[in-house]
Amino acid sequence: MSDPQFVETQYFSFAQAPNELVLKSGVKLGPITLAYETYGKLNTDKSNAILIFHALTGDANAAGWHKDAKNPGWWDPMIGPGKAFDTDKYFIICANCIGGCKGSTGPSSINPATGKPFGLSFPVITIEDMVVSQKYLIDHLGIKKLLAASGGSMGGLMALEWSVRYPDTLQSAILIATNYKHTAQQIALHEVARQAIMSDPHWNKGDYYGKELPAQGMSVSRMIGHITYMSERSMEEKFGRKLQDKEKVGYDFSQDFEVESYLRYRGASFVQRFDANSYLYLSKALDYFDLSEGTDLVGAFKDLKTKFLIVTFTSDWLYPSYQSKDIVRAMKANDLDVSFIEIETSYGHDSFLVEIEGQSKLVSHFLSNVAKNNVNIK
Amino acid sequence: MRTDHKYILEMIVPNSHVLDLGCGDGELLSLLMQQRNCRAAGIEIDEKAIYKCVERGVSVSHGDIDSGLADYSDKRFDYVILNESLQEVMNPEKVIAEALRVGKKVIVGIPNFCNLNARLQIFFLGQVPVTEGLPYKWYNTPNLRFLSIKDFRDFCTERSITIEQECAFDAKGKIAFAHNLLSDIAIFLISKK
Repeated sequence: MSDPQFVETQYFSFAQAPNELVLKSGVKLGPITLAYETYGKLNTDKSNAILIFHALTGDANAAGWHKDAKNPGWWDPMIGPGKAFDTDKYFIICANCIGGCKGSTGPSSINPATGKPFGLSFPVITIEDMVVSQKYLIDHLGIKKLLAASGGSMGGLMALEWSVRYPDTLQSAILIATNYKHTAQQIALHEVARQAIMSDPHWNKGDYYGKELPAQGMSVSRMIGHITYMSERSMEEKFGRKLQDKEKVGYDFSQDFEVESYLRYRGASFVQRFDANSYLYLSKALDYFDLSEGTDLVGAFKDLKTKFLIVTFTSDWLYPSYQSKDIVRAMKANDLDVSFIEIETSYGHDSFLVEIEGQSKLVSHFLSNVAKNNVNIK
Repeated sequence: MRTDHKYILEMIVPNSHVLDLGCGDGELLSLLMQQRNCRAAGIEIDEKAIYKCVERGVSVSHGDIDSGLADYSDKRFDYVILNESLQEVMNPEKVIAEALRVGKKVIVGIPNFCNLNARLQIFFLGQVPVTEGLPYKWYNTPNLRFLSIKDFRDFCTERSITIEQECAFDAKGKIAFAHNLLSDIAIFLISKK
C-alpha cells in the first residue's frame, strides 16, 4: 500500500517495436517510457483532468512530497487541496518529458539495442515529440478531453503546441512566461550553456556515464541559466555587493561576492540532479520550436475553440512579455477567447515558480469558469 | 446597478459581441454576459482590475486602449464601449476612429465638463470645477481631456459620425432636455457609414 502522505512516480511504456514513435526528424524511437505522477481523483466521466508540463529541468514531481525528499514538487504551492490547481476538484497529471533524465526515456536511458546508455546516439527530439508522446499517456489514462493544459517556460511551449496539435482534446490552456519561438538572443544563451558542457573534456562527446561527469561544464551552464532566470533588480535585492564569509575583498580570484557563491552552489548542485546530455537535448528542442513554421502565427490558431489564459511577468527578460503579446494578437485575429495579464514583479523568469499569489488567483478563477457548466466538477 | 451601466445595457441588443475599452473590473461586461447573453471581451490597463475580470469570467487583455485595437479586424464587434475612459486616452480622435473601425456601433460615456454646476464654479469661484462626474482636483485627475456634451456632438458632426442615441443623466436619473447644461454624464451610441 502506498502512503497517502507521499506521492509516487508511475511509469507508462509504449511505442514497442514495430510500432516505434516516428519523431519530427523522421527517426524512430521506441520503446518509450514516461515517468508521471497524478494528484487528485479522476471523476466518473473523466472530465476533470488537467495536464501540467514542466520547464527545462523539471520533472514529473510537480506537487507533494516523495518519501525522504528534501523538497516538495516544483509547483507544490500551486497544486494541491484548495490550491490554484485544486486537487479536491481536478485530476492533475504531470509527466517527465522525453529527452529528460527524471525517469522518462532520454539520452541517459539504456538503449535496448546495445544495453548501454544512449548518450549522443539518442535521437534529437522536439517540443512536438514531447507533446505527441504525452498524448499516448492521456489516451492510456482513457481521457478524451482535458479540462486544461498548463505550464511555464518550456512547459508553456508544450501547452501551446498541444492546443494546436490536438485542439479537440483541450478545453483551455494556461500559458505562463513562455513564447512561440525562440529569438536569436534566447538561442545564443542556450548555445553558451551547451558549449560550456561540450567544452568540458569529461563530457567526452556525451559518453561519460559510469565515468567522471562533465561537472565543470554543467556547473557553468547552470550559472548562466540562473542569471537569465533572475532580473537585475532581483539579483541586486538578493545579493547586492554583499561579500561571502569575509569582511573585505581578497584581491585574488577566490570567492568574494555572495552572488558568486550562490551561482557556484547552484552550479554544483545541478551536477548532482541533472544529466548533461539531457540539458543539451532539451535546450535544442526549445531552440528548434517555432509554432509559426510553415505558416504564420495567425494561421497557426485557425479554427481553435480552446479558451486561453496567458500570463507574463514585467521583469522576465528571458521570455519577455512582447512575445506573449504576439501570441495574444494572433489569437485575437482568430477571434479566440483569450485573457492576457502581465504581472508586476521583480523576480524575472523565475516568477512563474515563486510569484504564487497572483497566479493562484488567476488560475483558480479561470479554471472555475472553464468548469462552470460541468456538473461532474464540484 | 450603476446608473451608467443601466443605460448602456438598454442600448445593447441581446446576443451581441461586445468589446469594452477600459473595462475596469469587468462589472459592465459581466452584466452584459448575464443579462444580454453577450460575448464579451475587455481591455484594461490596471493589473488589479484584471484579476477581478478573470474572477468574473470576463475575457480581458492587459494593455492600454491607445494601442489595443490594431489586433482586431474591421467590424468585428457589434459594439465597442468607451465608458468613462475616452477622457483618459492619449489620442481620443484615433481611438474613436479605431473603435468605429472594429465595431459596428460605438458607445461613448463621458463626464460633462460644462454642466451648470461646473459653469457656476468657474464663474463664481474662479476655480477649476469639481463635480459628481468629475470628482478630481487638477493635480490628481486621471483625465487628460476635458469636454462637454456639445463638444462631443460637434466632434461627431465634423467627422460625419452619426449619433444614434444620446442619453444624459445625473445622480437623480435621466435628463430630458438641455443635456449640456443640466447633466453630469452622457452616453452616446454612435456609428459611421
